[in-house]
Amino acid sequence: MAPPEAVPEAPEAAGYTASAVLEARSVSKRFPGVVALDDVTFSLRAGETHALVGENGAGKSTLIKVLTGVYRPDGGELRMTGEPVRFARPFEAQQAGISTIYQEVNLVPLMSVARNIFLGREPRNRFGLIDFARMHRETGELLDGFGVRVDPRRPLHTLGVGTQQMVALARAVSVNAQVVIMDEPTSSLEPREVETLFRVIGNLRDKGIAVLYVSHRMDELYRICDRVTVLRDGRHIHTGELAGLDRMQLVSMMLGRDLSEVRRSGVTSFTAEGHEAARTPVLTATGLSSRLQLHDISVSLYAGEVLGLGGLLGSGRSETAKALSGALRLDAGELTVDGTTLKRLTPAAAIRAGISLLPEDRKAEGIVPGLSVRENIVLAAMPRLSRAGVVSRAKQDRIVDIFMKRLRIKASSPEQKVGELSGGNQQKVLLARWLCLEPKVLLLDEPTRGIDVGAKAEVQSLIDDLAREGLAVLLISSDIEELIEGADRIVVLRGGAVAGELSGDDVAEDQLLEVLADHAPEPADTAPAAQEDPR
Amino acid sequence: MNETKPATAAPAPVPTKAPAARPAAGAEQTGRQRAAELLQRQGVLAVLLTVVIAASFIYPTFASLDNARGVTIQASFLAVVALGMTMVIITGGIDLSVGSVFALGGVLAAWASQYGFLAALLLPLVVCGGIGLLNGLLIARGNMAPFIVTLATLLGARGLLLALTDEGATTYLVPEDSAFGELGQGSVWGFGHPIIIALVLFGAGGLVLQRTSFGQTLFAVGGSSDAATLMGLPVARTKILVYTLSGLLAGLAGALNAARLSSGVTIVGVGMELDAISAVVIGGTLLVGGAGSISGTLWGVLLLAVIQNLINQIGSLNSSYQSVVSGGFLIVVVVAQRYLARSRRST
Amino acid sequence: MNPTAVAPPAKSDEPRTSVSPLARLRDPAWYQRYGVYMAVAVVLLFNALFTEHFMTADNFRTQLVQVAPIVIVALGMALVIGTEGVDLSVGSTMALAAAFLPLYLGYGLLPALVVALLAGAVVGAVNGALVSLVGLQPIVATLALFVGGRGLALVMADGQLKQIVNPDLLSLGTGSFLGIPLVVWIAGILAAVVAFLVQRTTFGRQVVAVGGNRSAAALAGLPVKRVLIGVYVICGVLAALAGILATARLTASDPSSLGTLMELSAITAVVVGGTPLNGGSVRVLGTVAGALLMQLLRATLVKHDLPDSTAQIAQAAIIIAAVYVARERRSR
Repeated sequence: MAPPEAVPEAPEAAGYTASAVLEARSVSKRFPGVVALDDVTFSLRAGETHALVGENGAGKSTLIKVLTGVYRPDGGELRMTGEPVRFARPFEAQQAGISTIYQEVNLVPLMSVARNIFLGREPRNRFGLIDFARMHRETGELLDGFGVRVDPRRPLHTLGVGTQQMVALARAVSVNAQVVIMDEPTSSLEPREVETLFRVIGNLRDKGIAVLYVSHRMDELYRICDRVTVLRDGRHIHTGELAGLDRMQLVSMMLGRDLSEVRRSGVTSFTAEGHEAARTPVLTATGLSSRLQLHDISVSLYAGEVLGLGGLLGSGRSETAKALSGALRLDAGELTVDGTTLKRLTPAAAIRAGISLLPEDRKAEGIVPGLSVRENIVLAAMPRLSRAGVVSRAKQDRIVDIFMKRLRIKASSPEQKVGELSGGNQQKVLLARWLCLEPKVLLLDEPTRGIDVGAKAEVQSLIDDLAREGLAVLLISSDIEELIEGADRIVVLRGGAVAGELSGDDVAEDQLLEVLADHAPEPADTAPAAQEDPR
Repeated sequence: MNETKPATAAPAPVPTKAPAARPAAGAEQTGRQRAAELLQRQGVLAVLLTVVIAASFIYPTFASLDNARGVTIQASFLAVVALGMTMVIITGGIDLSVGSVFALGGVLAAWASQYGFLAALLLPLVVCGGIGLLNGLLIARGNMAPFIVTLATLLGARGLLLALTDEGATTYLVPEDSAFGELGQGSVWGFGHPIIIALVLFGAGGLVLQRTSFGQTLFAVGGSSDAATLMGLPVARTKILVYTLSGLLAGLAGALNAARLSSGVTIVGVGMELDAISAVVIGGTLLVGGAGSISGTLWGVLLLAVIQNLINQIGSLNSSYQSVVSGGFLIVVVVAQRYLARSRRST
Repeated sequence: MNPTAVAPPAKSDEPRTSVSPLARLRDPAWYQRYGVYMAVAVVLLFNALFTEHFMTADNFRTQLVQVAPIVIVALGMALVIGTEGVDLSVGSTMALAAAFLPLYLGYGLLPALVVALLAGAVVGAVNGALVSLVGLQPIVATLALFVGGRGLALVMADGQLKQIVNPDLLSLGTGSFLGIPLVVWIAGILAAVVAFLVQRTTFGRQVVAVGGNRSAAALAGLPVKRVLIGVYVICGVLAALAGILATARLTASDPSSLGTLMELSAITAVVVGGTPLNGGSVRVLGTVAGALLMQLLRATLVKHDLPDSTAQIAQAAIIIAAVYVARERRSR
């Protein structure tokens, strides 16, 4: 990655002498069966960029929702510049000067840029009607200030995600925000867009606006944040300067583990030694191409090996996994499993050939929330567990029992609805769904994202075991440590094309970063152009 | 199922050096996209004009001013109902109760016309607006599905109507030569008052939709209810208002119809909700919400009316062909829309 | 937003064994599941106590014969709603089937029945194709045939009501077996078949999975498109059958009015029976009970000299109540 342009150092003058612009005092929030926030006290100063960190389930999102008026706290109070405030609705928080930028851009995709920015407070002409000329002009000026040039009339959904986020930020700033809350803003941005975002955050700081920055990315936190607040299991653990805080210390506070333990065991649960891979590939994909998404991707998977698929978000990782499982429409390319080339590429055909995909979005593409654990596990295997279209309950129960034990799925019974389980257990149910098909190839797209630490460790060691048992595993992960410690070999993608491959001792963090950054030869930019013409 | 989810893979190869000069990712829409958008917006108008022009050549009687008056007066009542329906559908909802409410409005107006013009106009508006309000409250505050709530009020309003008319046995008449009767029967240059009222309402509706905050909020609620909530837009209030408006317009249309027929006919309006939805959908408004236009609905209503009129002109044809043709049109339009939307999305 | 950051509040949907009966009565989910049976029981009890000549075999026979076509249509509708769809065209399909009957009765009863049922299957296939292959919303897709289907039926019948004289067909409407009318037998057997289909067959479980999460079902290799088309075809065939039976009972083919508002009755039965409108679950017995509840309610009011208008308003209230207990509950 290019060395960052100097981000303004923590401004002593602006930040630390100022009083708290937003405070949460002993805030609690309970949901049936869960205490999401337990007596959390925390304050935000004008002009500071404040990191909010914690593992999944620590209560970050709940805290944000309390601060922005989505939830009402069950106990405690909020104060703005010393005055107690209550927000009944998000709008009231907004009016008080608290704006939020969410992970998923929360604007209206079908409406134009200008309409999105001015929704709810459109400029009027003297007849009381919306003054579009003024609206478009002001939108242009506003975005120019961020260094973004977009036609204000364009529907939002025709823009890139990064640009959409700038529009959201422009909206926030133009409603006179005193506090801007950013929830994982960089998770779907390209590196260059991240730089633009950081520059804008610098702008906000100069204007004395407080930024609450939620992110899992340590590098970013240390680059732009002044102070940090750590939450764990709904409780406040620590608030303090970020500069003097060691990374390992921070991680150990987030995980609630001893520092020495974090150091010793590394972050993941993979064993150090590699696996014995077979000599002939079980799955070979050649020339996978899909308009604008994949460009001539070829990979081979060997039995007994974990192949990592590296790359930044939007590099085509998930699309490649989808293509390998028949779920992406391809313009060209073929799949060969055990020497047989698949004719029609559909999920059903891929499954029959022994390829299983654990999709990235567990909620949207994985679980069927209203069905039981049992039915979710046997979903794909149902035709095999039935005779003449009539399902056999006994066969199902046998399979389900085996996998619930093996994967240690925690549910009150196999008949519990899967929607009621925790994220980690849902993920195990999905793994069981695929493992009971006895696949030859297992494609795992972000298998440990959004699940708790314990389940994460279990899933990681399961991946290890599966490879040892002779499965070919493809592992996609944004977590670089997971990728490096889990994979025997890593294929790196960039711009929908293969950018490089690491194997043996090269499977290491610095090598991977080197390929991810633009050091390697660049096939990505030329491939699309070449792809356009034929036919 | 959000159809309009933007493609996240939009590539943004952007030079870092001169960020101010950067074009946004794929700043230019392709000609094909623009053509598709135009077709989506104005496709119905083109079809309508084609049909009208072709019919004028083939059936000389069709092109007469008299026939135009007839067609438009026929269409005006459905148009007023479809106006409210358009706004409801833009918010991603649906209002099945309008047919019953239309009939109820007519009965109420006819009954109240004995007490004068104002009563005849106000009573249906108050009651039908009330039913719309009830729809809105149940949907927005009760968090219930619009489809089923308005299905229930469809039955309820019809029940109320029957209760008011001794199970449909009584038909209230509008006094002859009353001001209220004039509202339905009078005309300006031969064009009936309901036509003029419908046009005025469409003009006002267009202004409201395009040039007021309320209109923008309708689009925002339909486009992404979550985003609208997080932006602090009054989502619930907007929904309540839009269903109330739909009830009001359906009641008004019913009252106008009663004034025109001089009586509160109890059997009108059955299936009208589906005609209105057809007109709205043919007019290019997306049933998933978030996009649509008032003018499209007007063309949609006129297209349906012209088809009906033409089938009447072709005397030899069974009048049942009308619904066959309308159904066919509906399929063609929605399938075409679907493919247009696809080609717009694939950059 | 991060889905797991707020741990999903443990839902109290499952009636657990430890829950006291009293607590259950405060749980809306319990009503969604069992409320309809309770309501049927309450209506029956009321009639046993206060209505003369209600709890008689004769009356029940009448009620069941009347509700049978609604039940048959509602069974198909329940499957469609289970996939997060809806079929507005069922009434028109009934009319279409009715219009075909007299045209082919000349070749014998069986060919006529086959043609009529086939017509239903074709309507269903068109609906299914529009929904699954073109990707239209079910309301719009089936609206087209709702509008066009009846028109087609009228065109074929030349807008005429035609008397049916075929004795075999008529006996379908009037005949009985073991003292129970044939139409009731047919509806009952079909309900059992559909219940078996939903609970015990691969197809049935796939229907529920497709309704619960379509993209997950697709990625799990389920034949989503085939399932969707299948569901609409079944719905169309059942509607056609209901049209045949209704015609047999009317002793006339009446495409202009047969099955009008049937879509509403069927949807009402399904919803009141506790099947959620957003898919992922099909309650067959509940659907039958839902249809029965509406029928008994109307009959009760009629027996007490309350007019039809009251019945309609009462039905509206029951629909609202049913949806109210089934609505998504928000936590704030």
